[in-house]
Amino acid sequence: MQTIDLRGVSCPTNFVKAKLALEELENGTVAQIFLDDGEPVKNVPRSLKADGHKLLGLKQTEEGHYILELEKVEE
Amino acid sequence: MADEKQTKLDLNNLKAGGFIKERGKDLFTVRLRVPGGRMSVPRLKKIAEVAEKFGGEFVHLSVRQSIELININFRDFDAVVEELGEKSQKVASCGARVRVPVACGGCEYNPNGLVDTQKSALEVDEKLFGTPTGHHKFKVAFAGCPFDCPKSATNDIGFQGAIYPTLDKDACIGCGLCAKSCVPKAIAMGEDNKPVFSNDPCIWCGDCVKVCPTGAWSEAKRGYTVRIGGKWGRNPLVGTLFATFLPEDRAVEFIAAVLEWYKQKAEGLGRIRLGDTIIKEGPEELLNHLRSRFPENTVAETIAPQIIATQIGK
Repeated sequence: MQTIDLRGVSCPTNFVKAKLALEELENGTVAQIFLDDGEPVKNVPRSLKADGHKLLGLKQTEEGHYILELEKVEE
Repeated sequence: MADEKQTKLDLNNLKAGGFIKERGKDLFTVRLRVPGGRMSVPRLKKIAEVAEKFGGEFVHLSVRQSIELININFRDFDAVVEELGEKSQKVASCGARVRVPVACGGCEYNPNGLVDTQKSALEVDEKLFGTPTGHHKFKVAFAGCPFDCPKSATNDIGFQGAIYPTLDKDACIGCGLCAKSCVPKAIAMGEDNKPVFSNDPCIWCGDCVKVCPTGAWSEAKRGYTVRIGGKWGRNPLVGTLFATFLPEDRAVEFIAAVLEWYKQKAEGLGRIRLGDTIIKEGPEELLNHLRSRFPENTVAETIAPQIIATQIGK
């Protein structure tokens, strides 16, 4: 499983970093993106959906951050 | 440029206002008409040329999205109007008239925008700009979503884009992104790990629809939330709710209906804004007037525009 750790990275840098990391992956790859609570978890999933990727789920961890699971969809 | 002894001016250029006296002798500000704040690049270049030729060293960007040419000699009015090109760049207004509508960028490129505020602003500008109210100024603003960057409720009529969400439970994967994204907390995750929606806190921002990975949340209806009677200035008022989910293509008709009521009810009250007229007459009067024409959109009850006490503590 590919992981992209964006904890501690604020908006919109986290989204741009996610885009760059996803560019490296094969189409159809499932990745986990680690996001902070607050603005990041509200903004980043929505922006990645708008970019065409398929969001698969969201889980909160015991430490309080979120793991967004998505499948890379090439435009 | 302005050296003829006998000055001849086309006074028709002045009738909608937009030429505003400055401190200096013979000098005026020329307020340009920029509905919704959208300015094409060629027009911007043209304005820069005219400003350089006739104006001072700078232009002013007004709070209501106009470009104002500064230090224009009144003898140059005709030349300024002609060089701006009557078709492409018109002069705006001042005084007791319907002003140029303000709008946010809308929905074409802004991901938050729910409705086409730019289209609405252009329609209102085309059909109602400069209409004399008989009483006082009349301002309209369009916000594309409930985040409301244009502060719509501080206008005589403020429009705010809105969508009403609906859930297809079978398509929901229970990810919880909607509940997480819902700032007013109108969505909570239920025991079956599916979202539970409460109507009261919902402000119709559509964030749930935008974030939903599977399209389980979708839009049931779309339109404008309309608040009436706001103003700022010496005695600020915040407009209150009069209509919901007004179809975008009925905004002009709605404003015309409010104007009709205002013109009639403010008769004999002097120089009075719409909000103060509503406070005097009671909001039910205006609600009834609107209900006869917009029965599906007018709210059942409302309150008068709200006075904001900005002087307490002095």
